Amino acid sequence: MANTPMLAEMMKTHGISRRAFMKYCASLTSLMALSPALAPRVAEALENAPRPSVIWLSFQECTGCTEAITRSHAPTIEDLIFNAVSLDYHHTLQAASGHAAEEAREHAMKQHYGKYILIVDGSIPIKDPGYSCIAGISNLDMLKETAAGAAAIVSVGTCAAYGGVGHADPNPTGAVAVSEIIKDKPIINVPGCPPIPVVMTGVLAHFLSFGIPELDELGRPKAFYGNSIHDRCYRRPFYDKGQFAEGFDDEGAREGWCLYKLGCKGPTTKSACATVKWNNGVSFPIEAGHPCLGCTEPDFWDNGGFYKPLSVPAGDYRDAGLAAVAGGAALGAASALLAKAGKTKAAQAHETVDAHDLEKSS
Amino acid sequence: MNSPAFDLLMWARGPAFDIALTIFIGGIIIRVLEIVILGRKKDMAAPKGNPVAQGFKTIFSRSIPREGLVKFAPITYLGGYIFHLGFFVAFLFFAPHIALFTDAFGIKWPDAGRVIIESATALAVIALLALIYSRMTDPVRKALTTFDDYLVLILSGLPLITGYVAVNKLFGDGQMMIAIHILSVEALMIAFPFTKLMHAVTFVMSRYYNGTIQGRKGAES
Ligand code: SF4
Ligand code: SF4
Repeated sequence: MANTPMLAEMMKTHGISRRAFMKYCASLTSLMALSPALAPRVAEALENAPRPSVIWLSFQECTGCTEAITRSHAPTIEDLIFNAVSLDYHHTLQAASGHAAEEAREHAMKQHYGKYILIVDGSIPIKDPGYSCIAGISNLDMLKETAAGAAAIVSVGTCAAYGGVGHADPNPTGAVAVSEIIKDKPIINVPGCPPIPVVMTGVLAHFLSFGIPELDELGRPKAFYGNSIHDRCYRRPFYDKGQFAEGFDDEGAREGWCLYKLGCKGPTTKSACATVKWNNGVSFPIEAGHPCLGCTEPDFWDNGGFYKPLSVPAGDYRDAGLAAVAGGAALGAASALLAKAGKTKAAQAHETVDAHDLEKSS
Repeated sequence: MNSPAFDLLMWARGPAFDIALTIFIGGIIIRVLEIVILGRKKDMAAPKGNPVAQGFKTIFSRSIPREGLVKFAPITYLGGYIFHLGFFVAFLFFAPHIALFTDAFGIKWPDAGRVIIESATALAVIALLALIYSRMTDPVRKALTTFDDYLVLILSGLPLITGYVAVNKLFGDGQMMIAIHILSVEALMIAFPFTKLMHAVTFVMSRYYNGTIQGRKGAES
């Protein structure tokens, strides 16, 4: 790794000024919710860190995650971060294929054993590992083998982090997250479908400069997944005032009112979309008029329907209600008739007593 | 990887709601049918007044306290009013709740903003606490209070408190608090047919019945 170029040289060859780099470090620092005073430390760490080897494994995925990160308003300082690492294996992006590609992976693993970063996108089928193979190696085997020598694993995208779309009901392939299989390595989850490119690079920058970031109970870096969309949403004043869009083309939609009634999952979704936004901070789904789907949360595909408001029951409750009406009517009538029969019986059994009878019996 | 909060929320929105709804609707129908089918003995005597008119009148007139009674039992009356009004404003005019009715019946009505909903909620909770306090301190009320009364008071207060906490993210995980809020409502729904909460349905029948008795006697109810 000694002869791998340092970031400073990379910057020169990319024609990036020191000023632009410092600005990027400052924005990264604030993004990671660190004190601005730490920006120089981030810069220093990024500049002086030797480029670590990165192996990127793609399993059951749609390539959306890779697409997102590679299409991130390139070329920018963010892909410089990728130049700051040595991406030694990524079967979608690398030129080599088949056995040559696998050789590259094995070579990188051997050379940097115990030190490389493993990035995974996509879920792993465990029902029958044969459902998804690369060069004849099942995803399960490849993950276990590659994870063994990794310093840390970054699960990019909801599929790798929580199982994602593959894991959605009825989960035909038995898809699971990386964390279900690998238990002995630090795993950073960067969920999202796909995650925000700058969040992916931000997490890597944090890892390079300060190590593993602080994670929440779902393994997500708190700096990027600490707040709900709802708490940072610019449409929140409309929610509070009770002004809602009820359709995609009604007055409320045109006025930019809250999308809760159109199924927005912002209140239960933690992500940086509302603050960091997408496409170089241009916009994010809610700003474009579409409710949040909740893609950074486990099992978001099975949350009862993307366009169903959060307060609406997720199941077929109408059937339950109708069954209750029928069952209640039958049971109620039966129990009332039983009581009525008891009443009639009691009335029949009722003996009239007069004063003479009373005298007799006493 | 599973999120316990998300799983609980989905359970509350899914199977738990179905169970609660079934017990709620089924239970109410069973109890109403029992009362109606069992009926009352026919009164053969010719009525002196107008029992039907008095019956209907009583359904509404009993919502207005008799003169002097507010002063006599202010906590019971004012607390009762504030609690009921606050509860129903928060229940019926909070947009997410209306969304539920829209989904179920296709009907909708205007919603109230956060200030109104939260003031109503806070007032209802304060009223509820005052009612509990008066039950615990007033010797007569204390003697009359059963476990059922406290249970009902707590069950109707929990949705208000948990809803307030969930909306304002006062503490706990956001998903978890919404799940707990929904579950608290489901507990209320399940208890409804089998406790005094049934008064929300049976008050119409009992007031009408009481009114007709007075009407038969030619008295004003
Ligand atoms: S998380 Fe979404 S974008 Fe990423 S691989 Fe899975 S389905 Fe595709
Ligand atoms: S659009 Fe969604 S996230 Fe924004 S305020 Fe409305 S419910 Fe919350």
